[in-house]
Amino acid sequence: MITDKDVEYVAWLARLELTPEEKKRFTRQLGQVLEHAEKIKSLDTAEVEPTSHVVPLSNVMREDVVEPGLTQEEALSNAPRREGGYFAVPRIV
Amino acid sequence: MGALHEATAWELNRMLRRREVSAAEILRSVRGRIEEVEERVRSYITLTPEEAERAAQETDAALAGGGDPGSAAGIPMAVKDVLCTRGIPTTCGSRILENYLPVYDATVVQRLRREGLTMAGKANMDEFAMGSSTENSAFGPTRNPWDLERVPGGSSGGSAAAVAAGEAIWALGSDTGGSIRQPASFCGLVGLKPTYGLVSRYGLVAFASSLDQVGPITRDVRDCALLLSLIAGHDPRDSTSLRVEVPDYLEAMQGKIRGMRVGVPRELVQEGLTPGVRECVERSLSLFQELGAEVEETTLPHLDYALSAYYIIAPAEASSNLARYDGVRYGLRVEGEDMLEMYGRTRAEGFGDEVKRRIMLGTYALSAGYYEAYYGQAQKVRTLILGDFRRAFERYDVLVSPTSPTPAFRLGERVEDPLSMYLSDVCTIPVNLAGIPAISIPCGLEDGLPVGLQIMGKVLDEATLLRVARAMEEAIGFRERPVAGRGVG
Repeated sequence: MITDKDVEYVAWLARLELTPEEKKRFTRQLGQVLEHAEKIKSLDTAEVEPTSHVVPLSNVMREDVVEPGLTQEEALSNAPRREGGYFAVPRIV
Repeated sequence: MGALHEATAWELNRMLRRREVSAAEILRSVRGRIEEVEERVRSYITLTPEEAERAAQETDAALAGGGDPGSAAGIPMAVKDVLCTRGIPTTCGSRILENYLPVYDATVVQRLRREGLTMAGKANMDEFAMGSSTENSAFGPTRNPWDLERVPGGSSGGSAAAVAAGEAIWALGSDTGGSIRQPASFCGLVGLKPTYGLVSRYGLVAFASSLDQVGPITRDVRDCALLLSLIAGHDPRDSTSLRVEVPDYLEAMQGKIRGMRVGVPRELVQEGLTPGVRECVERSLSLFQELGAEVEETTLPHLDYALSAYYIIAPAEASSNLARYDGVRYGLRVEGEDMLEMYGRTRAEGFGDEVKRRIMLGTYALSAGYYEAYYGQAQKVRTLILGDFRRAFERYDVLVSPTSPTPAFRLGERVEDPLSMYLSDVCTIPVNLAGIPAISIPCGLEDGLPVGLQIMGKVLDEATLLRVARAMEEAIGFRERPVAGRGVG
């Protein structure tokens, strides 16, 4: 069963800051959903291949030719902060 | 026929071409209706009056000049706010995209523009299409035009409510686990989820990429066939888009269903159905027989596991897709001391509860130590479900079930209990896992609320699906409209 420590860890992996109240509520709710999901564990699937996608496609390629894409201005037009043609971010380390 | 805003797209199309009505008149009627009811129904996140006005003028000018303005021209449409529209806000029902202005159109939008798209607005939805009631929208819930105390379904609830209330003639939705069919069912409309890969996903904000499809929500099957023919077809910008010839669905829709074999999966008509839903579906099954189809109960044993598998697979894909909302390239940013703090705060403030739950569920299912038990096993269950459908379609032309086990539920009734909300999609979810097409048509009322019949078809056999739906629509003869007083009629 999922514990509040698990929820804390998963929230960290997913880069979500949670309030103590959220941590409590999500632990309970995720527990309920996972309990329901446990049902799939009862099926014997030793001989079954997984399906990640229903369409039988692999490596869809196109010719390696230059095609028009977004301009720099368009690509940056939704940036919360920009600086001299770049996306600006806070310090990383 | 009553007011223009109550007509179907094909009727209006014909009237426009005969010069019996102008696009300006149609738009005025729909606009009047929006002014009258939008405050109570709240179908839209963004209204686009200038855009609609310009399209209507272009339609009337083209008609006056003897030209063809296109099959979508002059017919106001609600476009779910999950589809990118160049220069027009596309929020996905989320705070995190509240100020997002796409620099390109989704392929389906681009295709419809070539056909004269007259967009009335961007329709409300559950945040990132995660939900079954439209209560998860960051911009407030949409209400069901049949009963304002009830939900319109979700996640394409705004699209369905707009069409049901006369605030649009037709709409685009998206369907990952039932998000077109269930709201169509709750609002007394027709909704189709196409075969995975038939309609381009380019410009559709991703939720679960192996399950998502765009499709029509309309007032009748003919409009559904028309709108599907306008949006279907290969798109090089979506690598999962199928290279197939798109048939003429309007032509294919004609014809009888005598001799067709109809299977009813036992797993989808078990416990949990309300008496009214059961009665409506049973009546529909008798009508199938009256039309000369052979109806038989059958079993797809692994459908009992579909909901569980879905609530691993869809959140897993979502947790990966939604990693892009990091406050750097677009969307909300909440500043922090460093990069990690900025990510955490941005996502904490930008996402609502259900999105956070699914991101965490997916992250958990994909994390070290749990991957095989949850995600790996769910993918294998998906294989078993595909096998069940393959075998069933060797014996049957279509499969039939209710679209949802209940009619529209009350606002607030399920919002604190995620599992009960998820159960509302128990009949629609297997279809997405298998990638097959399915349509919901209205098949009756329970206590004044619409009930939907789901018809499922073989991969890429939308033609048969539409033919069956058309024949059943005629036999069922559903004519009811939202009732005045209780709803907004």
